Amino acid sequence: MIRKLLKYKNIFLGISVLLMVGSIVAMSVFGFKLGIDFTSGSLWQIEVPNASIEDIRGVFSEKFDIDEINIALDEGTNVFSLSLRELSDTERQEIMGVLKTDFGSNAKELDFWSMSPVVSNELRSKAWWAVGLVLIGISLYITFAFRKVSKPVQSWKYGLITLLTLFHDVILPAGLFSVLGKTQNVFVDINFIVALLVIMGFSVHDTIVVFDRIRETLMHQTGRIDLEEVIDQSIASTIARSINTSLTLILVLVALYFFGPGSLTYFILAMLVGTIAGVYSSIFVASPLLLMVGKGRKEA
Amino acid sequence: MQRRKSIIVLIVILSLTTLAGFFVYPGNAVSNKLPWHLGLDLVGGSALIYEVDLSNIDPAGYEEAIAGLREVVERRINIFGVSEPKVTSAKKGDSYQILVELAGVDAEDAARQIGATPVLEFKEVTFDENDEPVYISTELTGRYLKGADVAFDQYSNQAMVTLQFNDEGATLFAEITKKNVGLPLAVFIDGELMTAPIVQQEITGGTAQITGGTGGFTVEEARNLVQSFNAGALSAPIKLINQRKVSASAATDALNDIIFAGLIGTAAVLLFMAVYYRSLGLVAGLALIIYTILSLAVFKLVPNFTMTLAGIAGFILSIGMAVDANILIFERTKEELKGGHSKEQSIEEGFKRAWSSIKDSNTSTVITAIILYVFTSSFVKGFALTLGMGVLVSMFSAIFVTRTILRVFMEK
Repeated sequence: MIRKLLKYKNIFLGISVLLMVGSIVAMSVFGFKLGIDFTSGSLWQIEVPNASIEDIRGVFSEKFDIDEINIALDEGTNVFSLSLRELSDTERQEIMGVLKTDFGSNAKELDFWSMSPVVSNELRSKAWWAVGLVLIGISLYITFAFRKVSKPVQSWKYGLITLLTLFHDVILPAGLFSVLGKTQNVFVDINFIVALLVIMGFSVHDTIVVFDRIRETLMHQTGRIDLEEVIDQSIASTIARSINTSLTLILVLVALYFFGPGSLTYFILAMLVGTIAGVYSSIFVASPLLLMVGKGRKEA
Repeated sequence: MQRRKSIIVLIVILSLTTLAGFFVYPGNAVSNKLPWHLGLDLVGGSALIYEVDLSNIDPAGYEEAIAGLREVVERRINIFGVSEPKVTSAKKGDSYQILVELAGVDAEDAARQIGATPVLEFKEVTFDENDEPVYISTELTGRYLKGADVAFDQYSNQAMVTLQFNDEGATLFAEITKKNVGLPLAVFIDGELMTAPIVQQEITGGTAQITGGTGGFTVEEARNLVQSFNAGALSAPIKLINQRKVSASAATDALNDIIFAGLIGTAAVLLFMAVYYRSLGLVAGLALIIYTILSLAVFKLVPNFTMTLAGIAGFILSIGMAVDANILIFERTKEELKGGHSKEQSIEEGFKRAWSSIKDSNTSTVITAIILYVFTSSFVKGFALTLGMGVLVSMFSAIFVTRTILRVFMEK
């Protein structure tokens, strides 16, 4: 089967299209839960033994009139992660005092982070800049890397397809986080944007490796070119390295996901999903698309 | 001939790595020469960002005002004995920000005190028809203060604060006391009445003594007050706009977790390489270990480099990417072997012909890392730096180090 992958191209592309449509639907229906670094507010981690989410919510709502609050509880350690409006230092101490009287002096704060709109606006605009520049940088680079091949597929088409696979690789984790936001209250924050950018930078590797091989084979080909055969051959001879290079990254990501600190869990998850999507797209999306683009030209 | 040269190079690499290993691993003489700088998220502490209100300052004097402000903030932090406080300022568009990083657990008090200027006021006292005191502000404030000290009343042994005014302040104080002989003069700190002694006579020396409100100062209170006065007044009001606080225990947990996860991840990569590529994989594994040690040493040598949680994460990711070059080379080597070349030839060809893919694929990650480094702040910067530098160092280790080892151990 590995020798003749392109026979099944419709199945492969079909899976990708389904997942992408699913992601886009999820994003348009659920949207995203934005983290405090984009919206301003406070993130607060407190350890309160013998308290439930309802208890904590009660304290905030009855004693401090704070009703808009998101609470997540890690039951193993009794650590509550709260996200709410910006809190002043005095407020924070008052709340801590009440928690200590209500639930015992073992209650303690682990992590506090507050963001004013000034800072979150700045972060947001910088994030957009970084996203735009990474996209431009990678596109320019691909165009440059493929400048020498133009037959039977023009060089810019390699570039365009690579960009399509990049889009594929980030849209899937984005869709997942939209669903996680709805079901698990997971936030999309600056870390998530960084994860997407790293996915882009990395997943383009594999696509380049396959395209590089196709390019090399095409350059040595004389006479009639059977594009489908060339691509099939190229995939067959590069599939092991495509998978292996990503697999080593996936191994460390899995280790970080299961054993790493909790604060990085979703950052790692986004990268893990994006990297897996990247392996898939470089083998099962990029090459079939290249064939379709090449064939389309012949028929025209 | 070539083999002998490779042996020498390998010995150099190995001794360098051993030295780097001592340098990187904490707790020995070599390592202590230049200790690791760990970020707040790894040791605990507070990071605070203040926005400076410059509305009352002439734009030409902004830089000077900010420099002064930074100095005062630094002095205030030093009072609290926080180790290695980091105070920096940054221009953000039209406004200025002061960034303060305080390591350690005792930072919270200090953090609260930074923005709090003790306001010292002297007020004249008159009485209304109900005999209630009315306080009238005078020009004399903390602005005219030269210094302060703790003293003790010789009869009651009660702690007092003595204030020394500058020349201008001394003149004002003399005028006010002269005008109010026989009347009380009220001293307010932060809007709170401290004391209102009856003025006995005009005081010309420019010194004043204040005792606390009801019950007097404790020695502690007097000392804190004196320190705050001596630290000086802020030249412009500041407002806390962002703060990050991590408890020491949470930080230590995070550090331990990520090191453990990193070790597991590295071990998994080593195992995979050895199982899939056999002896070549073992060589790549050795090169990976050398890479890990050398790049940590490089990070440690970067001036002002602070290792953060995100930085370690970026570095661990680079470990996952570092063997990529080896994989590309070995796959190419396998192809050459199939093509009927000798082992030695195949390996050399593998290195040569895989280079274009290695270069292409690493470039895009480096581009991403550079953009992230330039266009973002804090969390992302540390991550981008270690990721980008890691990828660059890995190209050296995966190609140069692996090739050297192979040349030494390859049978003819």
